[in-house]
Amino acid sequence: MAEADQLLLLDLLPSPFAARVRIALAEKGLNYESREEDLSNKSPLLLKMNPVHKQIPVLIHNGRPICESMVIVQYIDQVWNHKSPLLPSDPYRRAHARFWADYIDKKIYPIGRMLWASKGEVKEASKKDLIECFKILEGELGDKPYFGGESFGYIDLALIPFYSFFYTFETLGNFSVVVEFPKLMDWAQRCLLKESVSKSLCDQRNVYEAVLEIRKKLGAE
Amino acid sequence: MANAEVVLLDFWPSPFGMRVRIALAEKGIKYEYKEEDLQNKSALLLQMNPVHKKIPVLIHNGKPVAESLIAVQYIDEAWKDKAPLLPSDPYLRAQAKFWADFVDKKIYALGRKIWATKGEEQEAAKKEFIESLKLMEGKLGEKPYFGGESFGYVDVVLVPFYSWFYAYEVFGNFSIEAECPKLIQWAKRCSEKESVLKSLPDHKKVHGFVLELKKRLGIE
Repeated sequence: MAEADQLLLLDLLPSPFAARVRIALAEKGLNYESREEDLSNKSPLLLKMNPVHKQIPVLIHNGRPICESMVIVQYIDQVWNHKSPLLPSDPYRRAHARFWADYIDKKIYPIGRMLWASKGEVKEASKKDLIECFKILEGELGDKPYFGGESFGYIDLALIPFYSFFYTFETLGNFSVVVEFPKLMDWAQRCLLKESVSKSLCDQRNVYEAVLEIRKKLGAE
Repeated sequence: MANAEVVLLDFWPSPFGMRVRIALAEKGIKYEYKEEDLQNKSALLLQMNPVHKKIPVLIHNGKPVAESLIAVQYIDEAWKDKAPLLPSDPYLRAQAKFWADFVDKKIYALGRKIWATKGEEQEAAKKEFIESLKLMEGKLGEKPYFGGESFGYVDVVLVPFYSWFYAYEVFGNFSIEAECPKLIQWAKRCSEKESVLKSLPDHKKVHGFVLELKKRLGIE
């Protein structure tokens, strides 16, 4: 590994996927340049570095791109394995961590988006589904301080960026996370005590503003 | 790692199940194959995958691993002394995972649209399906396998869909070989491997299964 590692993150402040990478980089104590993308006007660099999906986040390490948030997180964990391991070393526990990160990917963002982007019956159904997902996640957390056990890890990292969306879900979905899911809220507050998390997450209000903009464009207002 | 007890809950036409069969065969792991009836899921399946209630589920010493890509990675890590599927270099690993994710996002969903829809929706699916396969062909380049000189993770992830190509072609009325000859060459090369040969069902059987499925779902 070269002494002067060049790290560039094609970024988007309100994106939970980009937040995951920001947290991972912070956990490892890495210096990097963050470049904010405008998704309505994607940079030539983004289109060159992620021609397949044209999405953020993209981590460019010494000129080479890595795409897809959890692939990037695993890459960071493998390359900078000297501190703050994000995945456990045991194969079964790794599989367990990947399973729950995959569950979060398949459910929270798409269902959450459905909730804030739609109206009427579709919105109600999405709210029901999202609440079900939070119940399942709370069940998985149990009495552990973190999803991974005693320390912040892969699953925690995969989920905590969605804390920035809680205000949006609550306001548009008309429910309270702290009332319905106190354990999850406790867990989120615990994660927020970590500097790597608090510095990486987008403010809940800013996410709400961004979502309102998208709703306007979609005609959901 | 001893091959103490390995069980696979599976469904013969599932490309996701095939991935796990191939990985187990590559590592020479003996296991018990349990065919699930997806219309009447076993108590064991519901117990071992309560979250998704889907196959494949790999059960190793009583502990379940669900989701095909996760199971294949688990197999690669738990039996790391033989036939490595993922490269050890972090960048190459990330590339392999990216393309496996691409296959998951595109190939299955588009393939399903090809046999389950008609008209404009089907045409759009066919177009995007071929584009996706061409993208993978480009990624393969002149290499014998996606893994390079040897069969690897992306090969395991993609090759099961080869058993579904005939069904896609019949229902979609097009030829995948005409559009992606290099990919078909690659698929045939993979099919010469015993691990793949033993894991993929006959493509006419798959076609028959899709016919039955369409009838059951009330799709023309």
